[in-house]
Amino acid sequence: MTRIALTVNGSRCEADVEPRQLLAYFLRDQLGLKGTNVGCDTTSCGACTVLLDGESVKSCTVFAVQADGCEVTTVEGLTLGDELHPVQQAFHEQHALQCGYCTPGFVMATISLLKENPNPSEAEIRDGLEGNLCRCTGYHNIVQAVQAAARAGA
Amino acid sequence: MIPAAFEYERAGSVDEAVALLGRDEDAKLLAGGHSLIPTMRLRFSRPSLLVDIGRLDDLRYVREDRDRLAIGALTRHAELVRDPVLSQHCALIGEAAALIGDPQVRHRGTIGGSVAHGDPASDLGTILLALDAELVARGPRGERTIPAAAFFTGPFENALERQEVLTEIRVPKAVGTYLKYVRRAHDWATVGVAAVRVDGRVHVGLTSMGPTPLRARSVEDALADGASPADAAAHAADDTMPPTDASASSEYRAHLARVLVRRALEKL
Repeated sequence: MTRIALTVNGSRCEADVEPRQLLAYFLRDQLGLKGTNVGCDTTSCGACTVLLDGESVKSCTVFAVQADGCEVTTVEGLTLGDELHPVQQAFHEQHALQCGYCTPGFVMATISLLKENPNPSEAEIRDGLEGNLCRCTGYHNIVQAVQAAARAGA
Repeated sequence: MIPAAFEYERAGSVDEAVALLGRDEDAKLLAGGHSLIPTMRLRFSRPSLLVDIGRLDDLRYVREDRDRLAIGALTRHAELVRDPVLSQHCALIGEAAALIGDPQVRHRGTIGGSVAHGDPASDLGTILLALDAELVARGPRGERTIPAAAFFTGPFENALERQEVLTEIRVPKAVGTYLKYVRRAHDWATVGVAAVRVDGRVHVGLTSMGPTPLRARSVEDALADGASPADAAAHAADDTMPPTDASASSEYRAHLARVLVRRALEKL
């Protein structure tokens, strides 16, 4: 076991983990943060996307020990009280989901994208979200939600 | 899809990483982990010790050194994409890095990790080979420089000794282009082609056309003899060993190489 200390959604947390423990499973099983979904488990679908020191990563492909000392943000860390994060609000208003399984990953990837490029074109949004798959094929509404979030200054 | 158990050590310096690699015959370096972790999850790779060099931030840089550029081995793909020095003096590296995986992968993956992993379908190795890059490695007996032509020794194999750490990649300032054909978003190259102009000569590199990145020497010689891009590109698959797999047959890869080399030469 290896002792790690990290900040998750603003709270400091310490834990003993096996080095092979992946960040996605650490968040879900040890911290109970089940908003981070595991889809393909092979670095493809992006459902497990979280922010690691502010940048989107696929948490199924990061060991928890690699996040030692880092800041992790999951979808649970986005709301301020009862208020949705502007990106969540935009996904809600634009009906940017059907089954919702991919949504936490899309929301986290969108936050990272808009941080790097606050006013993306439609093509840049589609390229910027190429690491996230929606099997309900709700891409059009997802792109509209990202545009709405960008307009709202998210 | 859980990796086999391993011991984990985080190195605080390159020298510490070198020493840690000496502790265990089956030790492996972990940089961004975006080649290694998937192979460990499939248990194609079962290192008993992982030496994490991912925090050695002094190996994340692009520096201009007269007519050459030095790139720290831990520079991430996303950093290659947006680096102003690179885009001014060797733009095709950043342009090719933008085609690797997806944004999440590019936030973690590193140039050194990608090159050392030695996947014959990866893009950056082909570019380094075409550029006649030099790879700097540090080991127990100090530092040495390995020419790209001697670095790629086989599929997923390289010229690094067991305790050596790849620290820097040196490339000439050059103009060039990298074309990549993929069947799906964020896939590995079915075939990739690098065409660069170095010291007045055109060099051509090929991805996924054999067990390692390859140079299309017949194309280069034909160009040096004055052949047109179209005539030279007809030789693109000469002396190659393109594999047949789920994404393409060997014959189709040979065809793609000829088409992409012609397009790359016309763009150059």
